[in-house]
Amino acid sequence: MKVPKEEENMKAGIENGTKIGKDLESVLARLLCLLATHLPKDVAQRIREMAEKENDGAAKKVYDCMLENMSLADSLARPLCQDTGIPNFYVKAGADFPLLGSLEGILKGAAAKAFKDAPLRPNAVDPFTSKNTGNNEGPLAPYIDWQIVEGDEVEITAYLCGGGCSLPGFALVLTPGEGIEKAKELIVDKILEKGVNACPPLVIGVGIGASADIAAKLSKKALLRKIGTENGNPMAKDLEKELFEKLNSLKIGPSGMGGAESVLAVNVEFGVRHPATFAVALATGCWATRRATFRIGKDLKVVSEDFD
Amino acid sequence: MEYHLKTPIDEETVRKLRTGDILYITGRMVTLRDEGHARFLEEGGADIDLKGMVLYHCGPIITKDGDGLEVVSAGPTTSMRLEKFEKDFIKKTGISLIVGKGGMGESTAEACREYGCVHGIFPGGCAVAAASKIKSVGGVIWEDLGMPEAMWIFDAEEFGPVTVNIDTVGGNLMKRK
Repeated sequence: MKVPKEEENMKAGIENGTKIGKDLESVLARLLCLLATHLPKDVAQRIREMAEKENDGAAKKVYDCMLENMSLADSLARPLCQDTGIPNFYVKAGADFPLLGSLEGILKGAAAKAFKDAPLRPNAVDPFTSKNTGNNEGPLAPYIDWQIVEGDEVEITAYLCGGGCSLPGFALVLTPGEGIEKAKELIVDKILEKGVNACPPLVIGVGIGASADIAAKLSKKALLRKIGTENGNPMAKDLEKELFEKLNSLKIGPSGMGGAESVLAVNVEFGVRHPATFAVALATGCWATRRATFRIGKDLKVVSEDFD
Repeated sequence: MEYHLKTPIDEETVRKLRTGDILYITGRMVTLRDEGHARFLEEGGADIDLKGMVLYHCGPIITKDGDGLEVVSAGPTTSMRLEKFEKDFIKKTGISLIVGKGGMGESTAEACREYGCVHGIFPGGCAVAAASKIKSVGGVIWEDLGMPEAMWIFDAEEFGPVTVNIDTVGGNLMKRK
């Protein structure tokens, strides 16, 4: 499956709101199917580099299986991993985007269509009764995070948020005295304890802020940042580098088999802390981190640079 | 060592396997996760003989293909979540091999030594590669638990590589790492 071509995107006129909504829904559904079956370019490239560099026999065998899996998923158009997660959308919506009011419905419609077309696994479970809703729908499924910005375009980062890779996640509030040193220790300990279950090598997102919810949200945004990017703040960048080296030195390797590298990237995002708090959060992604950014213009054309 | 095993796997063979060995399995595998383990042990009622068979920690994507069922994507899930059930499960069923991802705890290791069972690891996230080794679905039990949690019966051919993690003589690859 390829990214929809420009001319396939939008055929209806802007005055026909319903028709446009449905077309946009279909295009976004196709992109979600593509995301379930293909890694974004940056993740795939990093995995190939790690496989190439690896010398450990057991680790190499796992990388071979991973590369075979990527190739089979591509040729058969099947979900790379059976855990297709709960679809998450991080939306930066221009206040003047023509379909702003309909966008939530369009995203939910796209997730429902992709659920049938990919197919995605039903992963929405009632927390009290443990009943699976059976259609990936339920309170906050799909999950949509909104940010309203100036302009008439929309940027959506879609992420298929898996269960195993989310297990090491945490958010908590430290005292300033504990601060960054304690935060580093907790992150390394958590990856040592639970990293192997999250399908390493891992993408690591770290958030720092004034309260647990802010840190948690930032850790997810950090996780969704492209591989190979750095935080613009020199001290945050140093923290990324230090954690990257520390976590690789754990020698977890692919599927826990050891080897040279244990993480694809460590990304840090931060906000101010309160004089009395130092909140930190960890979000982890598996080697098959399925995340892509789509931009929708005022003309409703959809563009993504994350796939070939 | 590399082994190509057929189910049912006898106890003598299981006790020969060592941590780090690579296995390829042909024969019957059944999937079970948290809810299925709980029901199996608390309520029973799954009319299936698992002696010498393979338990696969997996919640697959399955589609209906005409009258049959097709395995679309079926990689391993986290084995450690099933730790609290596994000792009783091994004792009750006489299962020979458990396949999942990540390590398991001392309670499972103890049951492996006592009853003759090993735990192995299939590369996490390699779900289409895994599905390509599953030739047919022999049936499903407890579909009411939902697709990920139901007990799916798979007939596999050369399913692997499965790396032995816990063996019957105290070896534990994930604990050592």
